[in-house]
Amino acid sequence: MSTSTDLDRSSGTTGDSGTGRRGGAGQRPRRRVTPGRVVLYVALVVVSLAWLFPVLWAVMTSFRSYEFTAVNGYVSWGGFTLDNYVDAWTGGNFARYFLNTLIITVPAVLATLALASMAAFVLARFSWKLNIAMLIFFTAANLLPQQALLVPLYRFYLYVGLYDTYWAVIITHIAFQMGFCTFVLSNYMKTLPKELGEAAFVDGAGVWRQYWQVVLPLCRPPLAALATLQVTWVYNDFFWAVAFLSTGDKFPVTSALQNLRGQFFIDYNLVSAGSVIVAIPTLVVFFALQRHFVSGLTLGANKG
Amino acid sequence: MPTRPRSTDKLYLPSSGLRTPVARRSVLHGAMGAGAVGALAACGGDDAATDSASGGSAGAGATSLGSNKGDEVPRAAEDAMLAAFTEATGIEVEANVQDNETFQENINSYLQGTPQDTFTWFAGFRARFFDDQGFIGDITDVWDEIGDGFTDGFREASANGDKQILVPLYNYPWAMFYRKSLFEENGYEIPEDREAFVALCEQMQGDGLNPIALGDADGWPAMGTFDILNMRLNGYDFHIDLMAGDIDWDTAEVRRVFEEWATLLPFHQPDPVGRTWQDAAASLLQRESGMYLLGMFVGEQFPEGEDRDDLDFFNFPELDSSIGSGAIDAPIDGYMMTANPENEEAAKELLAFIGSAEAGDIYIATNPTNIAAHNDADTSAYSELQLKAAELIGNAENIAQFLDRDTRPDFASTVVIPTLQTFLQNPDDIDRVVSDLQAGKERLFTGEA
Amino acid sequence: MATTTAPPRPRKGRGLQLLTRRDKTVLTLMVGLPALLVGAVVWVPVVLTVVLSFTSWNGIGLPAASDWVGTQNFVDITTNYPPFWIAIRNNALWLVVFFLIATPLGMLMAVLLDRELKGSWFYRSALYMPVVLSLALAGFIWQLIYSRDQGLLNRVLGLESADRIDWYGDPDINIWAVLVIASWRHVGYIMLLYLAGLKSVDPALKEAASVDGASEVRTFFSVVFPTMAPINVVVLVITVIESLRAFDLVWVINGGRNGLEVIGALILSNIAGEASLVGFGSALATILILVSLVFIVIYMVNILREEKR
Repeated sequence: MSTSTDLDRSSGTTGDSGTGRRGGAGQRPRRRVTPGRVVLYVALVVVSLAWLFPVLWAVMTSFRSYEFTAVNGYVSWGGFTLDNYVDAWTGGNFARYFLNTLIITVPAVLATLALASMAAFVLARFSWKLNIAMLIFFTAANLLPQQALLVPLYRFYLYVGLYDTYWAVIITHIAFQMGFCTFVLSNYMKTLPKELGEAAFVDGAGVWRQYWQVVLPLCRPPLAALATLQVTWVYNDFFWAVAFLSTGDKFPVTSALQNLRGQFFIDYNLVSAGSVIVAIPTLVVFFALQRHFVSGLTLGANKG
Repeated sequence: MPTRPRSTDKLYLPSSGLRTPVARRSVLHGAMGAGAVGALAACGGDDAATDSASGGSAGAGATSLGSNKGDEVPRAAEDAMLAAFTEATGIEVEANVQDNETFQENINSYLQGTPQDTFTWFAGFRARFFDDQGFIGDITDVWDEIGDGFTDGFREASANGDKQILVPLYNYPWAMFYRKSLFEENGYEIPEDREAFVALCEQMQGDGLNPIALGDADGWPAMGTFDILNMRLNGYDFHIDLMAGDIDWDTAEVRRVFEEWATLLPFHQPDPVGRTWQDAAASLLQRESGMYLLGMFVGEQFPEGEDRDDLDFFNFPELDSSIGSGAIDAPIDGYMMTANPENEEAAKELLAFIGSAEAGDIYIATNPTNIAAHNDADTSAYSELQLKAAELIGNAENIAQFLDRDTRPDFASTVVIPTLQTFLQNPDDIDRVVSDLQAGKERLFTGEA
Repeated sequence: MATTTAPPRPRKGRGLQLLTRRDKTVLTLMVGLPALLVGAVVWVPVVLTVVLSFTSWNGIGLPAASDWVGTQNFVDITTNYPPFWIAIRNNALWLVVFFLIATPLGMLMAVLLDRELKGSWFYRSALYMPVVLSLALAGFIWQLIYSRDQGLLNRVLGLESADRIDWYGDPDINIWAVLVIASWRHVGYIMLLYLAGLKSVDPALKEAASVDGASEVRTFFSVVFPTMAPINVVVLVITVIESLRAFDLVWVINGGRNGLEVIGALILSNIAGEASLVGFGSALATILILVSLVFIVIYMVNILREEKR
């Protein structure tokens, strides 16, 4: 942030700084093919393929029949089939579990962002005695180990009657993730020019309007980034769901996947297919929103 | 509390296929099975029957069941049994089915939370433990009705003192499983004593086989080996006292068990701790291993037909002629009632039905890797293997339930599992193994006796 | 949407004293509501866990006075519970590997990919990919590679049955196998954070440095790196916390036993399941909380300094 002085509102959202630079035509200056660059490209390609390999291997496994690989081993060619997907989907009741995931993820992420942005707004834009203490209060909460909360929380939910309801899982996600979001958002908001708020005051806007109409719209980049992150985090969590739900049919898909592994542990092919099915939504979200991700996570302001 | 899987607890669940893999915490409806059990997939997918939420809604003519039979085969078997009950009595049963591992992991929070009227569980110490916490309903009156159908062994395993707390449905033996065809081809003989057993192992090694399959990634399968060695070397009474915490683990007797195990370990599959029991079963199936000490559920890993028919077993041979080979592990699975059922009358009716010969027959028909507990069970449809298993159990002098059903659950899961795994990795350091076990015993068995 | 429409009144500064009472109420709610939630769901349970660590409560019913055992759990953990020290070693190992290998590698990739390169979308995506997969999924995917009997790695190494390496099962090896997986994810994560950080560095700055004839490495360390101080702190904290919280991966692989002990998994295997040693598990959790707090405080002090500047 030290380099930021102002923020052009449009630059954050259209990304003409970060992502635009990459795609911008005519901007690639004077790159010649030098041995150094060849080495660089080769290295990058090798690293990338190495990183992709485990996933690709799982994908490939998922398309092969168990009968074939049981006989020929996995280091072989042939036995391709879609049956694993058909079997996993029909047998796994995925539709139900995806629905559960949706029921948990959507409110959890929206509420987290809403509450975190409010808290961040107050902490970032107003000097207040407890500012730093509050920031610590929020941020540190996110850094504590999940397991440390388990027993008291379970008791609490049992006591208030939320045990075995989606709410228990949703509320826990919200509280636990709020720290990180508050931290990122407050950092971002601090980089917004003070004059913005003051101008609004001059216009007679109250703090809520200042938050809702002035600051929040400028926070779209970090909000997009956080939404992406939170969706993947909540989606990928199996811990809270298993802890606070006791009805099998309420489990989200990530928790449910474990059963697949258990049951057909030996049928790697089928489990691979189930894994791919479970992985697809996060991959789609991630790659579709990738540019938000990078530009939005930029805690400081971009200088175009 | 909550969460996750791990092992011990889980079980050997007789039933179906799945037991505990590395980690499963969830429930996929049993189903997922398709690959293996395509035809049955339909059974797993129907949630109408299972949508029960917690406990709730059992009306006058309804009761509810929390079930760990989330896997394909046991689930189908249980569904068939419940359907027969509903047909006979008009009482609906709402079932909350979870996969066994998740269910067992969460049993504490489940029972304290919003449990169904009845639930699936295991006989022995493992059942009494929860009754002692006040979570279990008294079904002694149900036993008045069904008691004649069971031997005293079942009655005792299902009781906590004078109080009956469980209705047994089936059990299954732990024994040395093998392929008949492999034994015939190679001229192997069933060993009766240690000498013959070791000779057989050496002969198998000479033939390029792993004599004994072993997969202990989940921690509990090796308990079966410990149980049988301890019962063969020190006898059933010693074993049960040891499980109860009345005998120390750093005694010469226990040390001798590990010494014996260490000598036999070279005959086992190498690196057992990284291998699941299913993978170990596959090595038996693929004729890479000669024998496998496991519960009868190993049959689930054998495709029905030729392969399954080729499966046979023998009782683990005696190691000390003064002790003999009359004791085996044969865990019992059954159903219990929770302490405060919404519809006690219907719950008891359900349990009484489960305690009938008919219920066992229906269950076993679909899930044949078990033996019905009821005296009058119809054995005419039993496979040879089932008949033999029934005979082994019937002739056993003493029946243990299995280590993690015979001792404190915390001791089994947080002390025995890690220590046995350490032993399998490093069988030379027996001093450390017994001292770790003893330290855990002292830490956990305090205050009770 | 505006809930407050204060009368037009010019103000300066952002001190609270200049706000209307209504605004103050709104602000209090805006920060108070989230604080209440975080307090109730995170901090109160943490405090209770610390309290429980002095008991032998078994998680059944409510803790009674007779459950109070003082510091006995801590004594048992350090003297009578062999997995604890293995876990401490593993968590430390995790930290060291992240710090010395995964984090620098992530930073390096970010620096390389921050430039205009052909196909940089592809390289980045490849490195990100593991980040969006759950650790549970990662554990399984790698099992296809690590499995002793079926896995790719042993096949490729051409090892015969008896010599195969048990990547997940051998307690001397499995922690390294797992660290490879953990690093596989961590590199992408760190790269992402640094890429974001680098975007915020004024290109003119980099430009200027290169005109000065500074080498790329020097440009990075003398010009670019310092301007990313906020990201550096975030990365530092994430690296530490991820190491301390290591859990999912080992839990999925073998329940955190047999060489893969980490504190997080030990906590759970004690408090969860039928074992239900809540007091003992809470004591383990308390230790983890305390260690985490040390780093959290260091981090917060750092933030504080930033704020003051």
